[in-house]
Amino acid sequence: MSRASVRFASIASVLILVLTACGDGDGGDGGDGDGGGGSPTTDAAASATGPIDIWYSNNPEEVAWGEAVVEAWNAENPDEEVTASEIPAGESSEEVIGASITAGNTPCLIFNTAPAAVPQFQEAGGLVALDDFADGASYIQERTGDRAEQYKFTDGLFYQMPWKTNPVMIFYNKEIFRTAGLDPENPPLSTYDEFLSTAETLVAEGGVEAAIWPSPDAQFFQPWFDFYPLFAAQSGGQQMVEDGEPQFNNEAGLAVASFWRSLYDQGLTPNEAYNGDSFADEQAAMAIVGPWAIAVYGEAVDWGAVPVPTQDGMDASEVHTFSDEKSAAMYTACENRGTAWEFLKFATNEENDGQLLELTGQMPMRADVVASFPDYFEANPEYEAFADQASRTVEVPIVPNSIEMWQTFRTAYSESVIFGTTPVEEAFNTAADEIRTLVGGS
Amino acid sequence: MAVSAPPGGRMRGLLGRDPIGYAFVAPYAIFLVALFGYPLALSVYISFFDYFFAAPGAQVARPFVGLSNYAEILGDPVFQRAILNVAQFILINVPLTVVLSLVLAAALNAKLPFRVFFRTSYYIPYVTASVAVIGVWLWFFSRGGLLNDVLGPLAPDPSWLVSEVWAMPIIALVVTWKQLGFYVLLYLAALQNIPRELYEAAEVDGAGPVRRFMAITVPGVRPATTLVVILATIIGANLFTEPYLLTGGGGPNGASMSPVLLMYREGIEQGHAGYAAAMGVILAFAVMTISAVNRFILERD
Repeated sequence: MSRASVRFASIASVLILVLTACGDGDGGDGGDGDGGGGSPTTDAAASATGPIDIWYSNNPEEVAWGEAVVEAWNAENPDEEVTASEIPAGESSEEVIGASITAGNTPCLIFNTAPAAVPQFQEAGGLVALDDFADGASYIQERTGDRAEQYKFTDGLFYQMPWKTNPVMIFYNKEIFRTAGLDPENPPLSTYDEFLSTAETLVAEGGVEAAIWPSPDAQFFQPWFDFYPLFAAQSGGQQMVEDGEPQFNNEAGLAVASFWRSLYDQGLTPNEAYNGDSFADEQAAMAIVGPWAIAVYGEAVDWGAVPVPTQDGMDASEVHTFSDEKSAAMYTACENRGTAWEFLKFATNEENDGQLLELTGQMPMRADVVASFPDYFEANPEYEAFADQASRTVEVPIVPNSIEMWQTFRTAYSESVIFGTTPVEEAFNTAADEIRTLVGGS
Repeated sequence: MAVSAPPGGRMRGLLGRDPIGYAFVAPYAIFLVALFGYPLALSVYISFFDYFFAAPGAQVARPFVGLSNYAEILGDPVFQRAILNVAQFILINVPLTVVLSLVLAAALNAKLPFRVFFRTSYYIPYVTASVAVIGVWLWFFSRGGLLNDVLGPLAPDPSWLVSEVWAMPIIALVVTWKQLGFYVLLYLAALQNIPRELYEAAEVDGAGPVRRFMAITVPGVRPATTLVVILATIIGANLFTEPYLLTGGGGPNGASMSPVLLMYREGIEQGHAGYAAAMGVILAFAVMTISAVNRFILERD
């Protein structure tokens, strides 16, 4: 090295040291704290009022709802103004929110918090437990009913308010069923045997590439749209993990896995991703979707919806399914938490929940949606089947390492069910052992 | 050359003869330190902790774990698989890139009709967003895609993108195609430095086109070859978009998992920043070592 480059290197390393030292100031002091949670100022913050910021999702229907609610609030509460904006664009909302927590610039409320991401946000010290408010837990329990329990973290606290659900069902194309010679009004899709033979007929006679084509991709969230809804149904409403014990390798889980395995094995469900929307392109006769699908496909496709199948069939009124729910959550960067809580209750009162249903077709997480909004369902009967499902939704378990748990499961499911390279039971049991450790928090 | 002691005393000794030079390099040096030096140092630091990103001021436990992240990674079968995958990728991608881009550059350097059109055509994939071109390749390689239509009964089963054998070679091909324009450009620049007289002299001596290419062009662009090999290795080691989108998250069964995709999964999605940082450090050292070896082999006389 020449003298000049030695000099440059020494100056550069001094700069690096200085910069790293600056970083240490807020990064290195977390040596042995005892986990997130309440600061001494919790009570003061919980009652503070004043202007707040919120984020909502960026689809036009939810933006319209958000704007209307904020306008109504601001008209009544000029001293506690709410400023709303769409969640900033990114790979996914969870990444944007995660980065924002680390930067300390989250808004008070985000009306688009995925339950699976809640444990990670909580661990990062990003979320306010709504139990900090005197009527926090009771408000949630009253509005959502028994299912509210599914939204408690393992410490028993609510770091999210269950807000709206898109309970998933089997959506089918009546035209393709007709072409295949199947009864489009009462399609035989209730038991696994019926479903499999219908699927065979569809591919043989219906002119489709696939009977049903869920994404075979490896991302952690994919099980929510193939395995999990059917597991919820088959097990009568069990979660993936209950009281720290994995459930997916029980009899119900193995039955669901072997059902999907048959579909893949017989080529009725391809193990390669479709490049586009297989249902819209009429390459698949069925899809697993929530009520949002009515607005998306409603005009173009003559559709029907039935509950997900179970091994021996169940009455529609007993079938559980995956919730595909989004929560509203309060973030710790929020100063005026008193206002944020009042606004959260305002945004989820009966009137604004009704408005949400009206504008988006998504179901508010209320104990009985059909009975709460009879006028809407009279005017829009096609949504009623989804609304009925909405009272029997199963959430992802709100447990530590939740994303890693789903990734572990997806990997096992891919190799055993989608690609069939390992026996299902063996793969599921191995995954269950790993997951038991993960959700135990270690 | 003898340099007498600078008359300006200590300060002058530290800053050299032309201190104004530092002012000129400062903007880039600061940029480099702030955007590369600092994050690199921070990721080395993070890799020694059970680290995750947390809200400012949050009381969280991020214990010092020494080298245990490194030990765990080296024993992690998924990471081992990812390293083997990317090694396979580099073994296909780098030689193919060097050969194709040099041949294409030599062809484009000749007085072809529509030369500008061809040069532009090869460059377009490089400046097009990966996400957009991957859609096209999906149509090409999918089970019912164009390639299998042409091959008919010769199409492999399982098809290209869901075959544990073919997934990685396909990715290597797609990336080679995508990056080629850039390397062609590097070679085109290098070709301008080869004196025409060498070719003329060789022709007089009776050398044919192949001989001229091997004896003059190839050695003449050797510095560019070093650069191409090193850049292609670095870019290859950072493979992310193609396994994420073309094979659905490193599928099938992890056959196209790459170390950077794994870092994204662990560090960003699952919140194990310490573990992911250690992976990044290992990867950075591996790439530096490979580059040093490449450079040694290619530049020795």
